[in-house]
Amino acid sequence: MRIATLCGMGFGTSMMLKLFIDEILKVENIKAEVIPWDLGSFKGQQADIVVAPMDMAMHLKNVQAQVVLINNLIDKGEIKEKVLKAIQDQLST
Amino acid sequence: MDLDEPREHVMSAASSNREIKLAEIISPQTTRARVAVNSWQEATEFAGELLVSAGKVHSRYVDAMKRVLQEIGPYAVIAPGIVLLHARPEDGVIEPCLGLITLATPVPFGHPENDPVDVVFALGAIDKHSHILALQQLANMLGDELSLMKIRSATEDGELYDILNSQNHVIAE
Repeated sequence: MRIATLCGMGFGTSMMLKLFIDEILKVENIKAEVIPWDLGSFKGQQADIVVAPMDMAMHLKNVQAQVVLINNLIDKGEIKEKVLKAIQDQLST
Repeated sequence: MDLDEPREHVMSAASSNREIKLAEIISPQTTRARVAVNSWQEATEFAGELLVSAGKVHSRYVDAMKRVLQEIGPYAVIAPGIVLLHARPEDGVIEPCLGLITLATPVPFGHPENDPVDVVFALGAIDKHSHILALQQLANMLGDELSLMKIRSATEDGELYDILNSQNHVIAE
């Protein structure tokens, strides 16, 4: 499974998201590749799940992957709940 | 799938021990408590100018941070009341740095949920990977309510710097 974390630059917010998600996956013993991208470079790429800040939703309308939007990017509870649900959705399809 | 090309710089940074710690990119010179500003532009300029004065970034980097907010949106407001400003390394970063100002009065950054902002970080990165450990330490600190409360309640610059500088915890491997 491939999870892309997105932000405008590809190494600030998206990297922070990757770090949290890597930690969650490790605790839950789920294998997935988490890759931070900047919005521009991600266009044309594919992933199973895209995790991005909430207000980036308008830039993600044409994305094929399941999109997970996070409001509070330092809230491990919100990130965990939303990302694990997306992973379950992916595994059940 | 087109993500087969691993981003090797990311992978190698994870196993490298040359990563920069949070304590190495902060400075008393670039940390200010209870700054009075009236807008997100002023907040960004103040935080950015601290980095310029300390010789960490060129002045054009400050404009770049503002431009990022205007062009891509206020997603840099990563949590309620907290913004992590940054632009690209090539926008004028001289050395890795993280400035922090807290605001006397919160100002809106245009985020639908997380406004207004009273904690402003300004990050300058020299590449995509060397600051990852510092970012991890920062994320851990911000994820801890007690640390966040201390940051918000600090009234002196030195006090604020000490709180930042005490963050040496890393997520266990």
